[in-house]
Amino acid sequence: MSKPHISIPEGLPGIRGLLSLRPDVAKPLSAFMEVLMRDENVLSRGERELIATYVSHLNNCFFCEQAHGGVTQYYLQCSSDFIQKIKSDLSEADISDKLKSLLRIAGSVVKGGKHVTSQQVEEAKLLGATDLEIHDVVLIAAAFCMFNRYTDGLNTWAPAETEFYTARAAQVAREGYSIKSST
Amino acid sequence: MAHIKLPEGLPGIRGPMAFRPETAKPLNELAEVLLRSDNSLTRGERELIATYVSALNDCFFCQNAHGGLAQHYLQCDMNFIDQVKVDYESVALSDKLKALLAIAASVQKGGKHVMPQQIEKAKSLGATDNEIHDTVLIAAAFCMYNRYVDGLNTWAPQDRQIYIERGPRRAAEGYIDFDLYK
Repeated sequence: MSKPHISIPEGLPGIRGLLSLRPDVAKPLSAFMEVLMRDENVLSRGERELIATYVSHLNNCFFCEQAHGGVTQYYLQCSSDFIQKIKSDLSEADISDKLKSLLRIAGSVVKGGKHVTSQQVEEAKLLGATDLEIHDVVLIAAAFCMFNRYTDGLNTWAPAETEFYTARAAQVAREGYSIKSST
Repeated sequence: MAHIKLPEGLPGIRGPMAFRPETAKPLNELAEVLLRSDNSLTRGERELIATYVSALNDCFFCQNAHGGLAQHYLQCDMNFIDQVKVDYESVALSDKLKALLAIAASVQKGGKHVMPQQIEKAKSLGATDNEIHDTVLIAAAFCMYNRYVDGLNTWAPQDRQIYIERGPRRAAEGYIDFDLYK
């Protein structure tokens, strides 16, 4: 396995090593995650984690995809096959049309902000999405374009076994993203 | 027109920030730490990295807002900033900063595009682990801010001179204690 591009505290996988290395940036990043992914919202925590998982998958970030996939499974009480189906064939997945339309917007954000079309936004609104939901989907997708690049751009280490992530999901869901749980 | 109904009269990221102050707060705190706190990279160098990444992401508002700040800090003109965007190798910047801009450009494409050779080169030119970390995170963060601004189709003044005139004011007020409406 190739080593990280910079010296990172050992034993902490993915972004967690970086947050431990740099508490100055960990503070705003953790606060941001709490608001974005866990605060009261019309989008459930499971839906928001699913969006994060989907975006991390499109960005090919193994650690984020597995970590947030595990948390999604926990919140939605679903299997990894259920999430796999959403990644591989969104239109046939067993989720609401509204959530599909929001995931399509997230997919466009991954390509670049200008890829989000008025038609995609209109479709989501017709299916009941509010301005706040559309805002949050765009920001969650944009945020994971940051987190994924941060994690992979420094070549952090990640456990290969998916059980590592599903086993930890309940703890992440309980403790949240505050700094003390990042180590 | 923006994709959602945003408070009127606020350009770029300021509209979504006024719409959703809960997320604006940590987003601004992140910008403050990354772009302004004590660092071996100067504020001008960090704003230049932000400007370059925003140009690669084709985000008009961010590349001009941060370009105006970079111009203020580096005491350079718009041509200098534009030349960095087109071909930074041909510009009078330190070799170390050029190596960091190359890393930022790879981050913009995707985290896995950053090559060990790029890192080795930056280190051989004197870049520290912290500087490499900050370059990667600034580049990654602007891949977020740029997508936030354009993904909601926000409005931005087209006269580039406006951003340059605002540079000194934006530099004085920073990212956490300012009035969105001024």
